[in-house]
Amino acid sequence: MIYRETGQFKTTYASDQQLFPILQDRIFVIGFLVFAFGVMPFIGSEYLFRAILIPFLILSLAAIGLNILVGYCGQVSLGTGAFMAIGAYSAYNLAVRVPDLNLVVVLLLAGVFATVVGVLFGIPSLRIKGFYLAVATLAAQFFVDWLFARVKWFTNDSSSGNVSAPPLEVFGYGIDTPAQRYLFVLAFVCVFALMARNLVRGAIGRSWMATRDMDVAAEVIGIRPMMAKLSAFAVSSFIVGVAGALWAFVYLGSWEPLAFDVNRSFQLLFMVIIGGLGSILGSFLGAAFIVILPLMLNQLPGWLGIPLSTAMISHIEFMVFGALIVFFLIVEPRGLARLWAIGKEKLRLWPFPH
Amino acid sequence: MKSTMRVKAAAVALAVAGAFGAVHEVAAQSANEIFLPVLVYRTGAYAPNGIPWADGYVDYLKLVNARDGGVNGIKIAFEECETGYATDRGVECYERLKSKKPVIVNPLSTGITYALTDKVANDKIVLFTTGYGRADSVDGSVFAWNFPLLGSYWSAADMLVQHVKKKDKSLKGKKIALVYHDSPYGKEPIKLLEERARMEGYQLLLLPVTHPGVEQKATWLQIRQQRPDYVFLWGWGVMNSTSIKEAIAVSYPRLQMYGVWWSSAEPDVEPAEMASKGYNGIALGHSDEKDFPVHKDLLKHLYDKGQGTAKDKKDVGSVLYNRGMISAMLSIEAIKQAQSKYGKRVVTGEEVRWGAENLNLDAGKIKALGFGDMVQPLKTACNDHEGVRRGRVHTWDGKDWSYTSDWYEADMKILRPMIQASAKAYAAEKKITQRDCSKEK
Repeated sequence: MIYRETGQFKTTYASDQQLFPILQDRIFVIGFLVFAFGVMPFIGSEYLFRAILIPFLILSLAAIGLNILVGYCGQVSLGTGAFMAIGAYSAYNLAVRVPDLNLVVVLLLAGVFATVVGVLFGIPSLRIKGFYLAVATLAAQFFVDWLFARVKWFTNDSSSGNVSAPPLEVFGYGIDTPAQRYLFVLAFVCVFALMARNLVRGAIGRSWMATRDMDVAAEVIGIRPMMAKLSAFAVSSFIVGVAGALWAFVYLGSWEPLAFDVNRSFQLLFMVIIGGLGSILGSFLGAAFIVILPLMLNQLPGWLGIPLSTAMISHIEFMVFGALIVFFLIVEPRGLARLWAIGKEKLRLWPFPH
Repeated sequence: MKSTMRVKAAAVALAVAGAFGAVHEVAAQSANEIFLPVLVYRTGAYAPNGIPWADGYVDYLKLVNARDGGVNGIKIAFEECETGYATDRGVECYERLKSKKPVIVNPLSTGITYALTDKVANDKIVLFTTGYGRADSVDGSVFAWNFPLLGSYWSAADMLVQHVKKKDKSLKGKKIALVYHDSPYGKEPIKLLEERARMEGYQLLLLPVTHPGVEQKATWLQIRQQRPDYVFLWGWGVMNSTSIKEAIAVSYPRLQMYGVWWSSAEPDVEPAEMASKGYNGIALGHSDEKDFPVHKDLLKHLYDKGQGTAKDKKDVGSVLYNRGMISAMLSIEAIKQAQSKYGKRVVTGEEVRWGAENLNLDAGKIKALGFGDMVQPLKTACNDHEGVRRGRVHTWDGKDWSYTSDWYEADMKILRPMIQASAKAYAAEKKITQRDCSKEK
């Protein structure tokens, strides 16, 4: 009843091709953005920003990057953590060695470095597919882990291998308070999400999807697999690299190679699978599921006033979280984004289903 | 329809839970209590070592409340938060418990310490890292809020080198292998060991073990090939017991193995039982003392009433239990010291920072607290946040730990310049203005 596009006529090509063709969607998204930018910074608590929203947003960004590669182009990657690490350490080295560089430039250049490495490790994808490619990207993961743990130049000869980000400043404004950091990250995520959304519905995105669905057929209709695959690796690693740099600079502040180990790669892959392969919204939903849910589960007994030992809470957290993953994958193997889409379909018919 | 309902129900449940959470957080703050967050790990690969420490820490806080009625009449409130030894979860715990206005945080992880070092100065929370943490944070002129009390890893490594040097007269041409946890914790002593290698002329082999440390076959094969004269072990959790078992498998003599104080406790040697006999470790001033008045008080006030934290009262007085208890005691003493200046009330983080920087516990005072000689007399100052850096070697005889060396004291002639250089570099990187310690009182 409320969610129905009856009477919304598309009279121009532009209105037919716009990002959110349904008016209610547009209102919802704009309203959400106004809330996120305009209201949230004033009502959020420090804990909400620092421990929930900032990591959620940054990992959503990384998940968008990975989703482009895995969900849209069909190239399974287990090297996301490595590309995040490349972003983080290049940003660190740029900030330390070229101190006058603007923070935004540093973060974008970090993405460029990750792109170069990503394309390099994407080359095997021209010959190998599926699990074999996953193993090849796993090599990237271990190589990068080793590189940053062992080659001291990258960590500026830090004795413990731990490096920390310099104070954050953009155009003379310090980014210190949790709300400022949140807004900074939010701005990045919005711009990149918009960019990704537009890329995937354009010619490049269609070439990715064609490659994903059947690479031989894609080649027959004139899509060059090399271009499609390597551009997916490039765009994906760029976004992941920027996310890595943000993760290190804005969220962690001080980090060690362990922050980007193989578990991070798996975590991101799970986000993409649970959220929904081939969906930008799914990246956000998956990130929310993986980042926020365990924290809620961990605090739930406290909220409900159930006295449990710390160890028990943590065991329950693991069990419930695992069970929920299995549950969602059984109920909707195509991810939370698909659940959302089904929900929208039903809402269109409501209250008069066929 | 069904799945929409489910999603909606879930959304409503989450929203309610969120609102509930906000209410809960406010309610937990009490005006008449001093809050101490307890970051622990009771699950995962580091739990065997994390549990006794946490039990000791919490038990001492409980004891202070039960026996003394709090610190000068102010009750101590505390809440545990599970970090799993993971840095990101540790930071989340810190942020979660920050709303309760804690005065001291004790994260029991060097990785988390690194992550929190930037934050505590802004939040005005004292960071106690008793026997761990950043070695350069001994310099309080830069690291005003960090307190690596009782000994940093540089002190530990220095004392171990002194010990093996004393055994062999000279270390020239000898080989020392460092088997370390590949994290900030394990890497911390490398700088000092390299500096010492230049002075003493020994060869240093660096053998990293990746988290969680259950796979060490390759490491110990290297040790079998290289036959180092000594192995220093810088491990944690299951890595320690695995190392000792692997040493047995390649028949590396345990007598030539020395663990840091985090690698020489019961959970490390017990899995290999009698075979770990002869294994040594540098003790952080204390070992597995069990019969001091504080232990009796713990048994009397907590365990006899069924309020102890440890599963079994046999655990009271194990090495890591004692360490947790001592960490808690130092936190309480810092609060007391703050109260002596600012009045017997709920003190703030800033006031406790002053208290921690002006701790002065002589042997008599420590004895009066019931700790006997488990803690060496310590005195902190603006340029010395460590307080004391003395230790001796203890050895596992198959059943028990016993001291097998005289006291050593880390050589500040070597450490001081390194600490200052490292702290200065940190200050420059973070644009911190160094405090002038001569002006501090």
